[in-house]
Amino acid sequence: MTQATQSIQRRAVALVSGGLDSMLAVKVMQEQGIEVEGVNFFTGFCVEGHTHAIRKKDKDKEKRNNALWVAEQLGIKMHIIDISEEYKDVVLNPKHGYGANLNPCLDCKIFMVNQATLMINKAREFAGDRGFDFIITGEVIGQRPKSQRKETMPIISQESGADDRLLRPLCAKNLPATLPEREGWVDREALYDFSGRNRKPQMALAKKFGLDDFAQPAGGCCFLTDESYSNKLADLWKARNERRYELDDIMLLKVGRHLRPQPNYKLIISREEGENRFLEGYRYQFTSITTVSCPGPLALVDGTFESDDELKQAAAVVARYSKGRVLDEVTLEVRQPDGVARQVTVKPALPEDVPLSWNVG
Amino acid sequence: MTEVIHELDTRRLLCPMPVIKTQNKVRTLATGDCLRVISTDPGSLNDIPAWCRINGHDVLETGEAGNEVFVILRVGEDNGALF
Repeated sequence: MTQATQSIQRRAVALVSGGLDSMLAVKVMQEQGIEVEGVNFFTGFCVEGHTHAIRKKDKDKEKRNNALWVAEQLGIKMHIIDISEEYKDVVLNPKHGYGANLNPCLDCKIFMVNQATLMINKAREFAGDRGFDFIITGEVIGQRPKSQRKETMPIISQESGADDRLLRPLCAKNLPATLPEREGWVDREALYDFSGRNRKPQMALAKKFGLDDFAQPAGGCCFLTDESYSNKLADLWKARNERRYELDDIMLLKVGRHLRPQPNYKLIISREEGENRFLEGYRYQFTSITTVSCPGPLALVDGTFESDDELKQAAAVVARYSKGRVLDEVTLEVRQPDGVARQVTVKPALPEDVPLSWNVG
Repeated sequence: MTEVIHELDTRRLLCPMPVIKTQNKVRTLATGDCLRVISTDPGSLNDIPAWCRINGHDVLETGEAGNEVFVILRVGEDNGALF
């Protein structure tokens, strides 16, 4: 490092998912004297917290936002940014296509690095020396089949607009030198050359840094990489005959048992008290079904009934998941979003009346 | 009793939205201002204080009432406005 560069405190923005890799990338930069602030993007598909917050079975798990937790461990500031609206275009029209499920990993990474680039450009404009000099990510070549490959690394740099201001400390030695390396802001020799899916090097580095508590490795943090979730999203688009979604739609795909008895309606049936409470909040948007004559779940109806028979069919299915499933009759209330309700009494559906093919996901 | 001048309702929102809403609200407040955040996500009782510790704001009080939780914070020196 030259005398001239020593006097300027270089600053980086880190994309922090809350997983180990981004945590290590930040730590590597801190070791080199770089001041780091984290940015974490909320897409709506983050596994983070939601299901833990809803489901009772997860109540014993420590509820923590991993990005915030990582920031606290590393002593960095963290900006959490809601990009759920802009992100729709990434999910609906990924230029580089999907991975194994509806995960647009490459477009997603380009989008996020682009958001960080816009952030550092703006910061340079408004904050001058207190702005940021470059961006870091925890990417590792070969780590993820869709986005983290040798050939995708330059695509992310170019298409995001970050170009050579994007540094991947964990695999930088396998890639051409970036601006921070060329300018001597960071020492390339002290960066890493990790590659492949083997996570032993990361584990060893975590140990070296004394990090022994970290969230599951990257990839497990997005619902779009989950087959069942992707199937539910695809079903939603098919049923609506168009590819679009609102935030509430993708939240509801994370909750309950989803059954589609008819193409025109789907039932979202709560599986326990926590889900019941969560779905309760949607009764003013959806028709809902609850049991009256015995304890039972709350079900939302996504779609509309085309006949009274369909309404009764739905009620019988909901009754099947109630305490009265073995009874001859169960009375349920079918309530419209405007509060208008009617009661129906039906014979609960038998297991064979609810074929596996109705299961969405 | 803490004198709260600002209130933020994040009921029905799930993690990390209560934190994002808190962050965005704090950016509009001045150092020393107090804010009460109400949430139905119990995770907020961990996340909002963690966010405060990271960003230099004081947590004055936390609590639960029925299905709701609340956090009262005092804005620190830097309200976190980016630009």
